[in-house]
Amino acid sequence: MIEFIKDLLRHIIKGNKLYYTWLSVLVLVITAGAIAYFRQLDEGLIVTNMRDQVSWGFYISNFTFFVGVAAAAVMLVIPSYIYHFKPIKEIVLFGEMIAVMAVIMCILLVVVDMGKPFHAWHIMMTPNFPSSLLVWDVIVLNGYLIINMSAVTYVLYRAAHGKEYKMSIMWPIVLLSIPWAFSIHTVTAFLYNGLSSRPFWNASIVAPRFIASALCSGPALMIIVFQIARKVSEVDISNEAIQKIAELIAYAMGLNLFLYAAEIFKEFYSHSIHLAPMDYLFFGLEKGGEHHNVLVPFTWIALFCNVTAFILFLMPKMRHKFTTMNLACVMILVGVYIEKGMGLIVPGFIPDTLGEIYDYLPSATELIVTAGIWAVGALIYTLMIKTAIPIYKGELSLIPKEQRRKIPAH
Amino acid sequence: MRRRDFIKSAAIGLGGLLIPADKSDASMWERFFQKYFREMTSEEKKTVAKKLEKDYQDKTGVAINVRTTDSQPGVKFGYGLDLSRCIGCRRCIYACVTENNLSRKPQVQYITVLEFKNGEKWVSDLEESRKYYNHELVPEPGHFYMPVQCQQCANPPCVKVCPTKATWREPDGIVAIDYDWCIGCRYCMAACPYGARKFNWAEPTVPPDQFNPNTHYLGNRPKAKGHVEKCTFCIQRTRENPGKYPACVEICPVGARKFGNLLDPESEVSRCIETKRVFRLKEELNTNPSFFYFFS
Repeated sequence: MIEFIKDLLRHIIKGNKLYYTWLSVLVLVITAGAIAYFRQLDEGLIVTNMRDQVSWGFYISNFTFFVGVAAAAVMLVIPSYIYHFKPIKEIVLFGEMIAVMAVIMCILLVVVDMGKPFHAWHIMMTPNFPSSLLVWDVIVLNGYLIINMSAVTYVLYRAAHGKEYKMSIMWPIVLLSIPWAFSIHTVTAFLYNGLSSRPFWNASIVAPRFIASALCSGPALMIIVFQIARKVSEVDISNEAIQKIAELIAYAMGLNLFLYAAEIFKEFYSHSIHLAPMDYLFFGLEKGGEHHNVLVPFTWIALFCNVTAFILFLMPKMRHKFTTMNLACVMILVGVYIEKGMGLIVPGFIPDTLGEIYDYLPSATELIVTAGIWAVGALIYTLMIKTAIPIYKGELSLIPKEQRRKIPAH
Repeated sequence: MRRRDFIKSAAIGLGGLLIPADKSDASMWERFFQKYFREMTSEEKKTVAKKLEKDYQDKTGVAINVRTTDSQPGVKFGYGLDLSRCIGCRRCIYACVTENNLSRKPQVQYITVLEFKNGEKWVSDLEESRKYYNHELVPEPGHFYMPVQCQQCANPPCVKVCPTKATWREPDGIVAIDYDWCIGCRYCMAACPYGARKFNWAEPTVPPDQFNPNTHYLGNRPKAKGHVEKCTFCIQRTRENPGKYPACVEICPVGARKFGNLLDPESEVSRCIETKRVFRLKEELNTNPSFFYFFS
């Protein structure tokens, strides 16, 4: 075991200039984020631009987006285990590691949003269960983290012994992880959805749209991460697997856009007073002689990105070409990040329950702290693949050195 | 931020997975692990209140008295607001700030007075409201006013969503918060349809000579940054025997505000419900407020 840890450390510190630059940048951003967060702890959330009118902002927006990313693994788990689609089966592990990364980021994003993070343990003392959806969310997110961590650890543990994982052990984990991935979405959607005070969220389409858009953003992120991973390391990820994921994204985006259109139609055609948040997103609102429209450019960028990406994914020719496919993936990430982030959270508070319009954009502190959390995620993922790849390659093993040669490399 | 402050806050943060503040004596630990109010015995309540009094004395230099008076049997508080009398003078807001030891900087206010133009749409989403009106004299001709504060709902959405049960409805109908049990997630603020819940975005400040020393654990005791607070019908006044009216009722120069026991048919508020055509705010949300608006 000690031998293994030594080997592992050797593998982690082994890297070229690019790898070290990447690590230094991440550490730098994490440090900046930590400094900004300590200041926030000291002075209070007043250093953010959130106020009583818009009481959740950039942190919760990012949280919502990453809940979507976290379910990405399931997109791969279903075809690989259930239909035994071989090319994808080999990369499920990397998808599950994205889930681990995303859930850790989600937890951090909620913690930095809390006014009294040191008292978070109160939830365990007197959980308002089953009434509060926030308690549900704590349960499903932590559960999802445990499930994916066990899957990753088990597969790697077997691989470190030079063995394939046993399906008898993987099956229960897989069977649990599929509904669980849907549950983290549904519960997070219900968190907003259940509030009758916020007409923008209080629409039954919110949960289905959560799932549809998550099935776009998660896999899009995976396609990009996988290509980078195979470029900078010797991991094998087949083009076939990537193409299959791209095809799945096309269906998911189609569904997402349809649900979005249904929502837009309902709001604009019926034109009730509850149109205001949607109107704020697309055109801005007029009140007291002032025009409030800070989110308008973002909304249109998101719509443009999602529609263009959908068209690109729909055409097999474009989808099969890596340049256009990558472009479409980036557009989906931008589009869904806006739509399922700020575009979902902020309009819930606009106009506020007493009719006031408070234009919210994140403060510098919010941006830096969030960047720090992104960097934590990237660092975790980097270290995870840095561990997983040599294990897969048989370079890092729990088998004693003298016996190693007898067993064929994985 | 000065460098020393930075180092200090960095140290708090780093060492601070458990340490909540920059004091490190035994009483701080006791405060940190202070129990949930509803799980305290009446003995424990008294001990904790004593401790708080000492803390506040050290912090503010003012002798502050923290009571933990329980709700009285046979009492359900109700509030009446006569919209035809309200002139939008905002005296209620400032009487409330003083009575409840609300932060002066940044400003925290439990009451919001909304101004509407005659004939404009107003009731449901209040989207034509003006909150920051600034006239030489009120009422502004052609306008009317509607003060909004915690409606003390019988079916409160904030209580439903709170993850730690830090907010609940007391037997006398007051929706209370244990400030020390609140974790500052602000889910209740998203859930409240009346904008009644206020968050302490920074450390609240009250000039020491302006402290109201008569406080209640669930009411106007000094607050800290990072938790939510709201109107409690002046629990520190209304629960005492003899009780006093909430500060906003007492200050109102035109008698627009009524308060009393809903279970007593002869109380002022019961008489208003009986004799006026009352309505409640956002009735379509089924929150069932104990706060009644009417026109006399």
